[in-house]
Amino acid sequence: MKHKFEAWDGFKTGTWEKEISIRSFIKHNYTPYDGDESFLETPTQDTLDLWEKVTELSKLERQAGGVLDMDTKVISTITSHGPGYLDKEKEKIVGFQTDKPFKRALMPYGGIRMAEKACKDNGYEIDPDVKEFFSTHRKTHNAGVFDVYTPEMRACRSSHIITGLPDAYGRGRIIGDYRRVALYGVDMLIADKEAQKETTRSAMYSHVIRDREELTEQIRALSQLKEMALSYGFDISKPAKNTQEAIQWLYFGYLAAVKEQNGAAMSLGRTSTFLDIYAKRDLENNVFTEKEIQELVDHFIMKLRLIKFARTPEYNSLFSGDPQWVTESIGGIAIDGRHMVTKMSYRYLHTLTNLGPAPEPNLTVLWSTNLPLNFKRYCAKVSIETSSVQYENDDIMRHTHGDDYAIACCVSSMRLGKEMQFFGARANLAKCLLYAINGGIDEISGKQIGPQYRPITSEYLDYDEVMQRYDDMMQWLAEVYVNTLNIIHYMHDKYCYEKIQMALHDKSVTRWFATGIAGLSVVADSLSAIKYAKVKVIRNEDGLAVDYQVEGDFPKYGNDDDRVDSIAYDIVHRFMEHIRKNHTYRESIPTTSILTITSNVVYGKNTGATPDGRKKGEAFAPGANPMHKRDTSGAVASLASVSKLPFRDAQDGISNTFSIIPGALGKDDLVFAGDIEVDLDCDNGACSSPTLFEGLDTDEK
Amino acid sequence: MIGYIHSKETFGTVDGPGIRYVLFLQGCPLRCSYCHNPDTWEFNKNSAVSPIEIISEFNKNRSFYRNGGITVTGGEPLAQLDFVTELFRLAKSENIHTCIDTSGILYTENLNSQFDELIRYTDLVLLDIKHINPEKHKIITGKSNDNVLSFARYLESKNVPVWIRHVVVKGITDSYDDLFKLGEFIGSLKNLKAIDVLPYHTMGVHKYRELGLDYQLEDIPSLSKEDAISAKKIIISGIKKTKNFN
Repeated sequence: MKHKFEAWDGFKTGTWEKEISIRSFIKHNYTPYDGDESFLETPTQDTLDLWEKVTELSKLERQAGGVLDMDTKVISTITSHGPGYLDKEKEKIVGFQTDKPFKRALMPYGGIRMAEKACKDNGYEIDPDVKEFFSTHRKTHNAGVFDVYTPEMRACRSSHIITGLPDAYGRGRIIGDYRRVALYGVDMLIADKEAQKETTRSAMYSHVIRDREELTEQIRALSQLKEMALSYGFDISKPAKNTQEAIQWLYFGYLAAVKEQNGAAMSLGRTSTFLDIYAKRDLENNVFTEKEIQELVDHFIMKLRLIKFARTPEYNSLFSGDPQWVTESIGGIAIDGRHMVTKMSYRYLHTLTNLGPAPEPNLTVLWSTNLPLNFKRYCAKVSIETSSVQYENDDIMRHTHGDDYAIACCVSSMRLGKEMQFFGARANLAKCLLYAINGGIDEISGKQIGPQYRPITSEYLDYDEVMQRYDDMMQWLAEVYVNTLNIIHYMHDKYCYEKIQMALHDKSVTRWFATGIAGLSVVADSLSAIKYAKVKVIRNEDGLAVDYQVEGDFPKYGNDDDRVDSIAYDIVHRFMEHIRKNHTYRESIPTTSILTITSNVVYGKNTGATPDGRKKGEAFAPGANPMHKRDTSGAVASLASVSKLPFRDAQDGISNTFSIIPGALGKDDLVFAGDIEVDLDCDNGACSSPTLFEGLDTDEK
Repeated sequence: MIGYIHSKETFGTVDGPGIRYVLFLQGCPLRCSYCHNPDTWEFNKNSAVSPIEIISEFNKNRSFYRNGGITVTGGEPLAQLDFVTELFRLAKSENIHTCIDTSGILYTENLNSQFDELIRYTDLVLLDIKHINPEKHKIITGKSNDNVLSFARYLESKNVPVWIRHVVVKGITDSYDDLFKLGEFIGSLKNLKAIDVLPYHTMGVHKYRELGLDYQLEDIPSLSKEDAISAKKIIISGIKKTKNFN
């Protein structure tokens, strides 16, 4: 059968030809790979030369204090900057956010003050005309939000019971399906969007008006995408014809997004198995060699490592560094039962060897017990050598998100091109507990922030009384939190709309309304202390509870003890139920996450002493972790406590930051001679272990 | 049936194959000079648990232990022989891999019927030979190694897989001759599966202070990895000598 495009020759036919469906294309065309890593190729000389240049520029950037160059005048759009190169002759994959590498773009739509401060703090001055324009003539997302915030919302924000809100910067967490650019070419995507516009209702309700306006913006962005690619000498109006074009087209799609948005996380999606289909076809037709394909991948990953944004030192301290969260999801299992590991999965991970370890792009393996053993071994090897691989549980996420989802940021899962997320920062549930005890008065400032409920006045805390007050306070917090986010996302859509990313989505997308929890283990332990030990309240002269004395021992979260683990479960469930009671913007579906990975320090700093014995200002544990040093029964017990948390109530992700000294992970091969087991999946007996007597032989050498 | 437990480690990776649930039993008849767990010496204290409690706790997180199992260590686990036997009997009835980490010091022939029962349910023994020389063994631990070596022979006669452990301390257990002789001895064990050289470390020293005990090896530094590797090589050369003779 003849395909519509020559570029599709050799691909198996499917629904993907009739409608935009990358999943259908992958399903019909990909080839699972069960072999090992022996086919992988070393880097080419060009790759090494380019990487040396990057290393040199990185060094200069560090010497300059973190930023090498910034645009202070040109407002970044998809087409604002001419082409930029590292070394035009050697780069097989091209494109930078501005006209040269390491130059950060100016993106004021999220908020002019943040853009100005990002310049100033790094030693640059924003162009006065730009500042004047975005202060007087063109409203930003940030200005819109603050026009509408209620006094209560502002108070919650400044007392840090709700923190990290994306109200002054880009919300991110949206993944465009960049693969569509490669498979279909931009013209077909534009035609599809035009058709979608034709199908909007004719009665002009406000949501219909909004849809039509957004679709028009999307079409405009797609045209700009073509224009930008053309400036690099590529016509991407038609489908990509080979691996190089497929990577380049796909990267242009992503590049357009990071030219347009400085989002809190700008993730890539799930591209490796898609691209493997092209690579396999090219290898079979002798279009490229394995060496050449690895070179393309190396150059692509190198580009992703150079994505940069203008940010303030406060932002970087909240996130402990300068993260972009260019997350790429690898592997996983298909709904039909086949695993989705391909040679390209190996090639992506192999960049950590060819280019050396790096935190970005955030290579994330969607782990399943059913992944092929060779791949598991390879992952373990790369992890040991580079410490740069993230793992997520595909066996859990596949149930809700199918087999074509990807991770945005660190844990947020969404179906590509079909689901997006409204990122919503976090509510501080530990502080909320203190508000419950103090009748809504902030324990640090002494100001009335929450509703003036009756405070607890007894000397010793009573579990039932505290729980009742806490539940009321959580209900209040959930309401003000959701409504704050409703404003934020309304304004972000209005003033800082993600045009190109949404152009790479279906017309009807599912929107996840993400919320988050900070301080879970503090709350669980506090309530456990109140229930199983005696907690005495220390009040200041104004009668405000400011400290607590714990008398006796109590079960602590992180020891696989159901007495306290059930409290943690209950808190997550209750809070989520309170969230669900509220109206959420744009028919979005509420979810929550427990995943403060670094900001737990900041949340703790702004929270008074808690009934678990934690002192004022002391850091919270990250994410869903047990409190530091309170998990005393070893890692399995600690992980078991975390794994009891209800995923259906915290579908946006549960994180557990886990570090371990290498010696605690097993014996050193050099000191131990014998039956060392590689603790992978040895059920099928395929796991061979070196025997003592092999050890004897090798010692002779 | 009750056992006295010092503590447990739910993610043990160094006391037997795979990820293991490691139970530290309370009480030990030896007083090894380099012991890093002096808090497990005293008998009949800390928490008392039943075998069934241990098994049910293990089963709750069984998916973590697919290639591992349960290890009992201590303390000296064989001091609570009946408890360990019952624990392992239950474990084997649920197909859980079982492992004992012991000094072998409490073995005597007249207890053979009891040991026979234990061994029925034991998949692996980590036998910690503190020293191959009886005199030096006595200096380190307070007791001669006769029982230890006959326990090794007993396990060989029952064909129970054994890993030999040996703590290498500078100036005490690191002489070439002693290590070589240790190798010669264990090389004659037909049930030998592995040797596990444990480099001496000082991480337990603070416990002595907390317990108000004197620490005899105050001035001895931790063993370097290089020294541990060369100790292993010496032991292996001893093993080879025996094997070539046989």
